[in-house]
Formats: sequence, structure tokens, C-alpha cells
Amino acid sequence: MCLAVPGRVLDIREQDETLMATVDFGGVLKDVCLQYVPDIEVGDYTIVHVGFALQRLDEESAQQTLANFRAMGELELEFGDAWGRAAAEAGMPRPAGTTNGEEKST
Amino acid sequence: MKYLDEFSDPDLARRLVEEIRATVTRPWAMMEVCGGQTHSIIRHGIDQLLPDEIEMIHGPGCPVCVTPLEIIDKAMEIASRPDVTFCSFGDMLRVPGSDKDLFRIKSAGGDVRVVYSPLDALKLARENPDRQVVFFGIGFETTAPPNAMTVYQAQKLGIDNFSLLVSHVRVPPAIEAIMQSPTCRVQGFLAAGHVCSVMGTEEYPALAEAFKVPIVVTGFEPLDILEGIRLTVHQLEKGEHRVENAYQRAVPAEGNPAAKAMLADVFEVTDRSWRGIGMIPQSGWRLSERYREYDAEHRFDVADITTQESTVCRSGEVLQGLIKPHDCSAFGTLCTPRNPLGATMVSSEGACAAYYLYRRLDAPAKREVSSVG
Repeated sequence: MCLAVPGRVLDIREQDETLMATVDFGGVLKDVCLQYVPDIEVGDYTIVHVGFALQRLDEESAQQTLANFRAMGELELEFGDAWGRAAAEAGMPRPAGTTNGEEKST
Repeated sequence: MKYLDEFSDPDLARRLVEEIRATVTRPWAMMEVCGGQTHSIIRHGIDQLLPDEIEMIHGPGCPVCVTPLEIIDKAMEIASRPDVTFCSFGDMLRVPGSDKDLFRIKSAGGDVRVVYSPLDALKLARENPDRQVVFFGIGFETTAPPNAMTVYQAQKLGIDNFSLLVSHVRVPPAIEAIMQSPTCRVQGFLAAGHVCSVMGTEEYPALAEAFKVPIVVTGFEPLDILEGIRLTVHQLEKGEHRVENAYQRAVPAEGNPAAKAMLADVFEVTDRSWRGIGMIPQSGWRLSERYREYDAEHRFDVADITTQESTVCRSGEVLQGLIKPHDCSAFGTLCTPRNPLGATMVSSEGACAAYYLYRRLDAPAKREVSSVG
């Protein structure tokens, strides 16, 4: 979880006096807080950790890192089905009330 | 063939390895601090491509691994309460406490949620004013600023049913503790790139000078890691001990000033215990007085929980670089990702899990560069 993942800023908006964006991580879209990199612009690439942009990054580096993280399974860890993965690792059924989409809706 | 061809630029990777081989004249041991770098090193076989003289020691940079059992047990206690919605990142679900984990609490009907961002937990608190929403705030300097911002937002928006169970840790005091250990073998550090994206490099020159040790800020790409190793070896061979930044595209020297300012407002430095290692002075953060009302330990009266670690698990020695995972008798037998004894096996970023995942069940055999070209 200490690995920040690069993504591309698709739009920027203000929400509760906080700068927010939709960021595209190789096809996965997430709401991201831009308060720590307020000068970032639509189309820029940024390093995002747990929903917060931390630094700007150039596109080539971002694409290479995304490809590497995908190969290492880091994107699945970051954005995938955590309950399903934990259930498989534990050899137990998925807990009641969890679906692949539950976490994403919170 | 397998390893070098997997690099994004195999020719550059080969040149870096060859330059490292040409530079090395004697044995060196260096530590990559970050668990993400450990994962990348093992996944891409970097340790096996290096000349025999270079030993990569895996450091304590996996946030899940170093979170103390005591905090895990406090999390279990809070998450089991019927009025609590307990929020965590997904990689904490199966970290073993003394007798259960978050996955089992959820299976038993507890309200445990996996969130992508701490702001998602705050949103849950806002939408469910009759529930106490607690977020599990673990991690290094990369994770602390998002959690700091979330507490700041909670106060600003007047959301008082939100709290943070805090176990944040800082890298520089850990480097200091490793170097001060009488059993320390580390002669150079690859510093964690994303930690430095936030904190910059200003904390490191004093450490490099005090311990006469090169510190090279390094990214996560296999090529980044090879470059970090190359720069470290060059310094070691010349008898130098400087801070170098091999990840400039993501790490300005000053780091992220806005994030550092928020950290200074919401948190204050404190002593912290590291799982498997013990207390390291000034190595963590806790909520500052102004935000103390958002501290879940005080809100739920779990401050007095104490625990006893497994006597079999040797993850502490793994975390300090004293042994490799396969040196532990339980590795791959009593201790597997399915039945982990310690956090270095349960966390995907843990050294034990990385060794298990990539089938390093025995001591690794070195590979010749010429045989893979």
C-alpha cells in the first residue's frame, strides 16, 4: 500500500472547498484529492496514493510504471476485489454483505 | 533469458548490470527500505542478476508488516463493537492479531469496510451520523498526509462520529536504528521513492554523514532499482557517502511542501513500536493536541491492551535484514500466505510473501549475465 500509482487527470472540480479530480489509472477511474498538488491541470499525470495526488509525473514514466505495476499485480491489489482475494487466501467463503462492487461505492 | 527480457528496456538493463559488475571489487551489502522495492527486486530477479559480491538486504518498509500486534488487537476490539463501522485498506484484512483478523470479524457479522481512500471513510461517517466510523491509519510518510487531510476535513466539516486509529511510522529514525544495531551489516541504502516524494531528501544528509553510508533515493521500476544499485556501488567503491536522487522525476528535493505542512499541523512526532523490531524513538506520529478528539484509542478506551508475539515467527529478524525469509524454519511450512504466523508473510509487500510468491523457497542461485543475454 505504500506504492503510489500514476494516473491521468480527466477533470477537476471543487467539493466541500476541496480540490478533487477524476483520475484514470489505465482504465480504472477514481475520485482523487488534489489539495497537495493544486497547480495540476487536466491531462497531467500524477502519482496518487490512497486517493491523494502527491506529485506530478511525466507521461512516459507514468505509462512505464503502470505497466510494471500491472505485471506485478499491484493494480489488482490497489483497485481489485479485496474481500474476494482475502477469502481465497483464507480458504473461506466471502463474508456476507460483500460484493466486488461494495467497496467501490463507499 | 527470463529476467532481463522482462525489463521495459532489456538493453539498458543489461548495460546497467554489466556496469555494476565492472565496478564491484569486493562484497557490499545494501538495503532497499521499501517493501514495494523488495517486491520488484524479487519479481524481476534483480538480486539474481547482480554479481555475487552484492547482497540486497530487505528492509522494514512494509507498513502492514511493521504495524504492532498491539495496534492490530486494538483494531479488532474496536471493529467488533456493534456501533462501529471500521474502515481499512484491503491489505489489512488478513493481518493476524492475537486471535482474529478483520476478515473473520466481517465474516461474523461485524461492520468492516474496505475503502480506497480515507476520504471514503469520512464520507461514510457523514452519511451515517448514528454510527461511529473509525479509519485504520497505518503507513509511512506517503500515507500519513492523506490521513492528516482527512482528520483536518473532519474537523472543518464538524463530523464528530469519525476517528482515526493511528499507527504511522517514519523512515529516517528506522534507518538510524538499523545503523545503530551492533549486528548491522548494511553499507548503503536505497531510500523509498514515494516516501521522498512527500518528504523530499532533506532528512537524509545528516544520516549519510553520521553513519558514513550512501543513501540513494530510488523508484520502483526495475530499471530504477538497478540505477539505484549502480549509484550506490559507485559511492561504496570510492569510499563516498552522499545522498543522491535517482528518482528526480517524482522526487523534488523539497518534497511536497503542502503535504508536509498538513502533517505538521495534524500530527506530532512520537516514539513508536515497530512489529518485530520494538520501540524506535521519535519514529512515528500521533494526532496533535488540537486533533486529539479524533484519536480512536482514546474514544474507545483501548489504550491498555497489551499482547504477546508468536515465539516461532522470525519476521523481526527479516525486517531488520538479519536473516532472509528462507532462513526461518517456519517459512513455507508452518507459515504460508494462507496461514501466516507473522505480518511479513500476510502482507503482499512483505519479504516473506514475496519470496513465497516467486518460489524462492531455498537460498537463491545466482545467474550469470552472459547466460541470459
